[in-house]
Amino acid sequence: MTSYTDYALGEPIADTKAPSGPVAERWDTRRFEAKLVNPANRRKHTVIVVGTGLAGGSAGATLAEQGYHVVQFCFQDSPRRAHSIAAQGGINAAKNYRNDGDSIHRLFYDTVKGGDFRARESNVHRLAQISVEIIDQCVAQGVPFAREYGGLLDTRSFGGVQVSRTFYARGQTGQQLLLGAYQALSRQIAAGNVELHARTEMLDLIVVDGKARGIVARDLVTGKIDTYFADAVVLASGGYGNVFYLSTNAMNSNATAVWRAHRRGAYFANPCFTQIHPTCIPRTGEHQSKLTLMSESLRNDGRIWVPKAKGDTRPAAAIPEDERDYYLERIYPSFGNLVPRDIASRAAKNVCDEGRGVGPGGQGVYLDFADAIARMGRDKVEEKYGNLFEMYERITAENPYEVPMRIYPAVHYTMGGLWVDYDLQTTVPGLFAIGEANFSDHGANRLGASALMQGLADGYFVLPSTINDYLARNPHQEPVTAEHPAVAEAVAETEDRLNLLLAVDGDRTPDSFHRELGELMWEYCGMARTEEGLRKALERIPQIREEFWRRIKVPGTGEEFNQSLEKANRIVDYLELAELMCLDALHRAESCGGHFREESQTPDGEAARRDEEFSYAAAWEFRETGAAPVLHKEDLVFEYVHPTQRSYA
Amino acid sequence: MKLTLRVWRQQNADADGAMSTYEVDGISADMSFLEMLDTLNEELILGGEDPVAFDHDCREGICGACSLVINGDAHGPERTTTCQLHMRAFRDGDTIDVEPWRAAAFPVVKDLVVDRSAFDRIIQAGGYISAPTGAAPEAHATPVPKPDADFAFEHAECIGCGACVAACPNGSAMLFTSAKVNHLNVLPQGAPERETRVLDMVGQMDAEGFGGCTLTGECATACPKGIPLPSIAAMNKEWLRATRKAKKVGR
Amino acid sequence: MALATRTDRKPSLTRTVWDSTVGKKAVMAVSGLIMLTYLAVHMFGNLKIFFGAGDFNGYAHWLRTVGEPFLHYEWALWIIRVVLVAAVVAHAVSAYQLSRRDIRARPSQYVHRRPRASYATRTMRWGGVILGLFIVWHVLDLTTGTVHPGGFQSGHPYQNVIDTFSTWYGNTIYIVAMLALGLHVQHGFWSAAQTLGAGSAARDRILKTLANVLALVLTLGFISVPVAVMTGVVS
Repeated sequence: MTSYTDYALGEPIADTKAPSGPVAERWDTRRFEAKLVNPANRRKHTVIVVGTGLAGGSAGATLAEQGYHVVQFCFQDSPRRAHSIAAQGGINAAKNYRNDGDSIHRLFYDTVKGGDFRARESNVHRLAQISVEIIDQCVAQGVPFAREYGGLLDTRSFGGVQVSRTFYARGQTGQQLLLGAYQALSRQIAAGNVELHARTEMLDLIVVDGKARGIVARDLVTGKIDTYFADAVVLASGGYGNVFYLSTNAMNSNATAVWRAHRRGAYFANPCFTQIHPTCIPRTGEHQSKLTLMSESLRNDGRIWVPKAKGDTRPAAAIPEDERDYYLERIYPSFGNLVPRDIASRAAKNVCDEGRGVGPGGQGVYLDFADAIARMGRDKVEEKYGNLFEMYERITAENPYEVPMRIYPAVHYTMGGLWVDYDLQTTVPGLFAIGEANFSDHGANRLGASALMQGLADGYFVLPSTINDYLARNPHQEPVTAEHPAVAEAVAETEDRLNLLLAVDGDRTPDSFHRELGELMWEYCGMARTEEGLRKALERIPQIREEFWRRIKVPGTGEEFNQSLEKANRIVDYLELAELMCLDALHRAESCGGHFREESQTPDGEAARRDEEFSYAAAWEFRETGAAPVLHKEDLVFEYVHPTQRSYA
Repeated sequence: MKLTLRVWRQQNADADGAMSTYEVDGISADMSFLEMLDTLNEELILGGEDPVAFDHDCREGICGACSLVINGDAHGPERTTTCQLHMRAFRDGDTIDVEPWRAAAFPVVKDLVVDRSAFDRIIQAGGYISAPTGAAPEAHATPVPKPDADFAFEHAECIGCGACVAACPNGSAMLFTSAKVNHLNVLPQGAPERETRVLDMVGQMDAEGFGGCTLTGECATACPKGIPLPSIAAMNKEWLRATRKAKKVGR
Repeated sequence: MALATRTDRKPSLTRTVWDSTVGKKAVMAVSGLIMLTYLAVHMFGNLKIFFGAGDFNGYAHWLRTVGEPFLHYEWALWIIRVVLVAAVVAHAVSAYQLSRRDIRARPSQYVHRRPRASYATRTMRWGGVILGLFIVWHVLDLTTGTVHPGGFQSGHPYQNVIDTFSTWYGNTIYIVAMLALGLHVQHGFWSAAQTLGAGSAARDRILKTLANVLALVLTLGFISVPVAVMTGVVS
């Protein structure tokens, strides 16, 4: 038997949809070349959209406006609760309202560089172009962005850039943008153009004759397993950060939709590119169920420091100024506290590893607003960050106006995802992936306030243009019925899996396995990775999986509202995905962005990329559970932004 | 901390429910209320019992999923969401009653989980601005005075949790509905649908079986996002204005 | 559940108002304010009793001749009576229907009960019922004389009032009703302002103060009459 680490190298893969020519013209070219569906014929096409976050909500609404029949799913009780709602800081757009030298090209440049040269230029440029339209669209929908006294939109700066291009709605930008998309979707639901299934979770993809033709989904209230058919399926199911158990993701965010699609033939790209966010509230104990993010915007005015001396346990106020190490300002003088997330996170880990961390267990650094309060006044600070301060105080019972916040990095976002081409189509024809569910735009690290931008760009503008091409080229697909062998097989597999989970009746809860897997991943596939650690994890994961199927205990039945069953079924997929993440991290023997391999660093401890060997996106093809997957490389070409070692010093 | 929990258990929408008593031990003051329930559920599962079902997702106070009435208060003793309520608000030895939202328009799904889709239908009735993708004018084409933008934001903060309905002795959804009406009606972008929006949303609210408003103020006291009570008066004004202009808007 | 408002039928303005909880509350607010205006006038009229039988009876007579010669004898009074009856009926029917609806909207109570601010709501409901019963008694007592203690003399209201307030039950019923009226006006006036959209965060204090002052003045003004009769100031 071959080990999981003996992956095979398959044929290279290429993005065949991106036009050549000047990067600034590619999107126009593609839109022109893409075939269109006659408006009168759109009604005859059904499109399934899984997820109602920024990407899914905006896509569902827009496709319905265009005249398609949309069938949309969310596992939450309402589409308004998708986890995009929790994004705090803002959304980038190259409006250059500040006249501070911003441009589409600069946003493009910053994003490619911020992603540590592991993203496609074509995609990123398109994202930067569309960013401007997103703001217009959202304002038209009534999104209450922050405004200045003159009535015009306000912006602020964010990590990794030197211009002020981030539009925001206090600390609730994600909420406001999501509600905008949700309301647009609601309008289409009322008009009968979108058929919404809330509390319904996708459990498998139906592929007929090589094309995505539907999904298997479970009604979470009645437990009924149903099939839904369509001419195309769009996955907007978000990222897979919850593999780590503790993350800033919502409790129910999961990887099942993308993983099941992967098992049905969609390649999974760059699974090891996970983003660790530097400003989260440190964990308090074993009971911790999730981690809470404090918006990166806090780094605009807060200063990060730790004591200069190891093991200094004095309270923050008792540490004199010259015994404090404002390490980001010291190491990166030009970006200071606003370095990109991966750099800020790793720096925090380093000082904590040196024994200079603060708070219980030494797993934290200070984020201090004393200077900001002295400079701007408490009122101004409160106006800008009031809700974040309040949230911090509620969780920690410490008042950040008086004592510095304590923060520590936590898993936040996954840059990896289903491999898609320029049209956002996966390797399964008719299956599209948008938003965090795909891998396309952020490379190895995402810049702050870019997730909202990408989700909405994909949903409002990109997918609604590109999906036409697929539907126009596949105008008269055979109707699929429940009797089709591929459908029956997908349903039977799903039912068997759930029945087995219920039948084991072991002695461990779903959470206990999830926690064990999460701790393992955080230890070996977290902020810093080594070959040795990854090998250890790859050895351990199949053991946990085996134990899971022997000892899992899921109470109740499948024919009812059963949250334990939902949870256990998601863990089944985490236990496979985690293995692929570790393999991807192991094979990528370089450091780039959020992926830091200790073997590959510069003498001063910065991430060292190895472009000659790894300037590609790794797209993995599934074979079977526990069997080594096949690697397909997509070479990355940089014509406009030439790869350099990132420097924020 | 050691606590006695009395929790509403109801197998499904059709079954009768009752309070069940559980003891939990080793509760830390730093736990959130939901983490305390997680602890209970882990014990229930291992003991072969059905864990307590409750809605929750983001656990950072913004998604609006969590929805527990704790000791008779929607979201418990502090002005926040259940997920942001920490156990330091309770004392060792306390007995805590946990119940679902109760309102005719929010039927119980299971245990502490209720069906709040009536809220979605209120939004579907008019809680939007019709702005098809691609048709938007340049964002700075219409400046919005800061006081209006702030007023809109203050009302847009609603997370749709339903605490207002749960707290209201009449099961009224006026605060929820008014939050969205006020958010959109104050903005220049929302002006073209100003009258139909408020008429349709109020109409849907009534059709869902929510009660009327008697201005007890319970809703605003329970609201974790601080949507103010005068929000309701502002919507009443919009509604009366809209009925006067009813002909003009085609009804 | 279908979207109830998405129909092609265009309901009339009356229908829209009457079918909606917000509209029905507006009906209550407007009818309440009509009654409140009447009560204020009524109360000031009552105070004429302190100027003696002549003044008071003369005032009562004037009420029947006001508007002449444009209006016929007692027409003004009848117009007022019709408007008032309409207001009372509209107020009571709306209140009844809304209360029924409110109770249906919250069919089961919380197991864990705590005192709620629904005090005002409950006060409004039973207070309204008390006031309704009081009005019936009040009309039978002092307008038609049906249940009047002693001999009712049409055209001599001064004596009639003294008769009524010379009985223990007359005083009790009246004073209790006026206290209920005070509570009703206190919440009702502020509530009507909210319903009619006059409330705002900035105006809230003014409205609440106004409601308190109105309630206090009306209650004291009305109660002063039986108190005066009881203490012999008016006899």
